[in-house]
Amino acid sequence: MPHLDAAYNLARWLAGNDHDAADIVQEACVRAFRYGSGFRGGNSRSWLLAIVRNMAYTWLKKNRPKAIVSIEDEDLAEIEDPGAPAFAQADAAVLRAALEELPAEFREALVLRHLEGLSYKEIAEVADVPVGTVMSRLARARQQLQSYLARKGVK
Amino acid sequence: MNCAEMNLLLHAYADGELDVVRSLEVEQHVKSCATCAAKMNSLKALQSAFKENDLAYSAPVSLRRSVRQIARPPEDREARLPRDLQWFWKWLALGATAVAILAIVIRPMGISQNDALVGEVVSAHVRSLMAEHLTDVVSSDKHTVKPWFAGKLDFSPAVTDFAGQDFALVGGRLDYLNGRTVAALVYKHNKHFINVFIWPAANAPSAQESFHGYNVVSFDAGGFQYYLVSDMDEPGLTQLAGLLGQGK
Repeated sequence: MPHLDAAYNLARWLAGNDHDAADIVQEACVRAFRYGSGFRGGNSRSWLLAIVRNMAYTWLKKNRPKAIVSIEDEDLAEIEDPGAPAFAQADAAVLRAALEELPAEFREALVLRHLEGLSYKEIAEVADVPVGTVMSRLARARQQLQSYLARKGVK
Repeated sequence: MNCAEMNLLLHAYADGELDVVRSLEVEQHVKSCATCAAKMNSLKALQSAFKENDLAYSAPVSLRRSVRQIARPPEDREARLPRDLQWFWKWLALGATAVAILAIVIRPMGISQNDALVGEVVSAHVRSLMAEHLTDVVSSDKHTVKPWFAGKLDFSPAVTDFAGQDFALVGGRLDYLNGRTVAALVYKHNKHFINVFIWPAANAPSAQESFHGYNVVSFDAGGFQYYLVSDMDEPGLTQLAGLLGQGK
């Protein structure tokens, strides 16, 4: 099963625990095989990740409604500029905690970009949003990450 | 270009998503702007922080095993059975085939395409209730449900809430029927859920059928094929079919 690690990684970061992440991926795989005919070529990793993402959000809506905070992608101009940030000393534990703090849409964008190495176009396919939205989400996600790290005293 | 406009481009540059012309613009600006240069450095630091600390989770062995089970084709599953059981299944399959052939031959009208579709529609209805996957978009507001379908389908179904007639719109979902992606609207009447499957079709048959205790009503209107399925009684379903037909 190719892309299973990527699928699990995304589900695990969205659900926040092993057990539910495994359930989400298993259900997503059942759907992927059942509706395999819905796959019309293209990128099979993005396709599977999009199914996992949908299942994960359905699960979140049901079990962690507060985790989904709708974010507006338009008001980019309002991003405050926190000056020169520094991530150099962020270790794994701090970085992990910071990622967990972020809204789901930001967290998934960073996970797909930095942990899975997806391109903007692939992330757009997975999250079902335009490429421009991916770009602004990543920028805002990093800025939030940075202000979290600043609060934790990471220099 | 000012620094505010540059902000997004810095991120895209660090992600290697800019074309040559834009990349040069960014490089030029960073050379002459200390603020943006500092930002670029911090972005690079973040990237290496992610590279140095592997935060990715890998799939546990138990999940790997159960997914392999899902993916395995049926013949493979059979091969794992003991030999005598294999024979049992083979005979059973042979018997079932014989019965199926007889049923087709004896049945005077044969199995029409519509009968197969009714079975598929009922299965989709049962599955939606069983898997607790009734709706992808939960809303009684047609202005929420209709746009949700846009972009997911190559057609735009009419979405109307009939709460006044005691058929409340619960939400919508995508489903796969008759070899294509279809819209599924979910209505609730008393305690009964009704799945309404919609896809474009011309001159589709109108019919009322019953299948495994479920009632199925189909009709076409405005170039769309409608299939209503529920465990509620047939007159109720026909009433909703009437409302949907007028709603066009």
